[in-house]
Amino acid sequence: MNAIEIHELTKQYKDKTAVDRLTLDIKQGELFALLGVNGAGKTTTVKMLSCLIKPTSGDARIMGYSITNEPEKVKQIINVSPQESAAALNLTVRENLEFIAQIYGYSAVEAKKAALDIIEEMSLESVSSSKAKILSGGYMRRLSIAMSVITKPQILFLDEPTLGLDVLARRELWGVIERLKEKTTVILTTHYMEEAEQLADKIAIISSGRLRASGSAEQLKAESGTNTLEDAFVKIASAQDDK
Amino acid sequence: MKTLIFAKRNMKEIIRDPLTVFFGLCFPVIIMLLLTLIQSNIPTELFSINKLAPGISVFGLSFISLFSGMLIAKDRSSAFCLRLYSSPIKPYQFISGYIIPFIPLALLQSALCLIIAIPLGLKPGIGMLTVLIASIPASFLYIGIGILCGTFLSDKQVGGICGALLTNVSAWLSGIWFDLSLLGKTLEGIAKSLPFANAVISVQAVFAGDLTEALKPIIIVSAYAAALFAGAVILFSAKIKSDNK
Repeated sequence: MNAIEIHELTKQYKDKTAVDRLTLDIKQGELFALLGVNGAGKTTTVKMLSCLIKPTSGDARIMGYSITNEPEKVKQIINVSPQESAAALNLTVRENLEFIAQIYGYSAVEAKKAALDIIEEMSLESVSSSKAKILSGGYMRRLSIAMSVITKPQILFLDEPTLGLDVLARRELWGVIERLKEKTTVILTTHYMEEAEQLADKIAIISSGRLRASGSAEQLKAESGTNTLEDAFVKIASAQDDK
Repeated sequence: MKTLIFAKRNMKEIIRDPLTVFFGLCFPVIIMLLLTLIQSNIPTELFSINKLAPGISVFGLSFISLFSGMLIAKDRSSAFCLRLYSSPIKPYQFISGYIIPFIPLALLQSALCLIIAIPLGLKPGIGMLTVLIASIPASFLYIGIGILCGTFLSDKQVGGICGALLTNVSAWLSGIWFDLSLLGKTLEGIAKSLPFANAVISVQAVFAGDLTEALKPIIIVSAYAAALFAGAVILFSAKIKSDNK
């Protein structure tokens, strides 16, 4: 079953087309990576799919709900971990988690329990009483993801979740993301090839707002006749840009 | 319910900022203590505590604009707002969540000012309660200014506009420290047409028990507050929509 069906999705800003007639299906339970260089249109796509911005034309269905006609229903079943750290800085880790759970309709008691569970699951025990503003980059990202997972979304958008993290923190976060695969459909945007290869079931290569190719890492390498995903990406993205 | 949950978060953000506590609660009190000290060393009655305390309780509200503006501007510039925009919270819950915590904060600030003025000679009684009630329009006025600034300015700009300009305008054109006639006819006319002096005149009059004298300035402040507050709410909602285009 498809969790997301994107049809001719387009976002136009004055003279720039950020996303150009994107058509794509994402299966339920898949971890799907949108791979592209900076400005390729990945974040704009995620923003449209998560009802943060309205498409200029086209539509997408998230678990059957239209992002243009039923944004309230879509918002109830998705969650987003934005590119930048997105926590209330003067609240503790636990308070941030309880806050977001309650915003999604949990009672105070349910939110408390959910926060305790997610703190354990995401190994945030040591910082659970610390204010968000004093967290390291790695813990902040982990909190940001925890805040998007606590509501048990059917669809989870992770926008560049490891951007700016050191190698160790990145690897730790990969472990966290891999565990998420078992429970939810994850749409991950990244421009790190090894991240997409390591985590994703399927990868879509986007450049200049257009879908250039999609498939598993192995399929993309085979189709482009290259040995690495990076080579495949360069070949596919630059070939299309040259046209 | 979501409004209150968001309001609770905002209240925590505000009161956990030590600068907010200092400027919001302590700074107006320090000014009052200093002026009372000056008064004790001069022969003429320049800073009568019965006029000074209600006046400063209103002046202190100008910091509410700073806090509300800073909070909204900081949230807007961070990805925290993106997270909320993509959540099921509705725009009216969002803006109400920003407004609600500042109402008790404004009342607390005014009450603290008046209570501390008691040992300085302020006559305790029903007058203090009436001052709190009469300062409600001014509270909404300053909250409205803060929301407006936070909606369109960066947190640094809010610091400049609300932290420096507004507090100075509120102080110098309010008539708390000196008679407005000393400013000359033109400036006096401007001051009296603005809400700041009227807010001070209204609370000073109600504290003195002169409700007739208080009526006109209360109407003026309420009119400004209603217009600014309504404008702030409409423009804030419009800004959320335009941010999501």
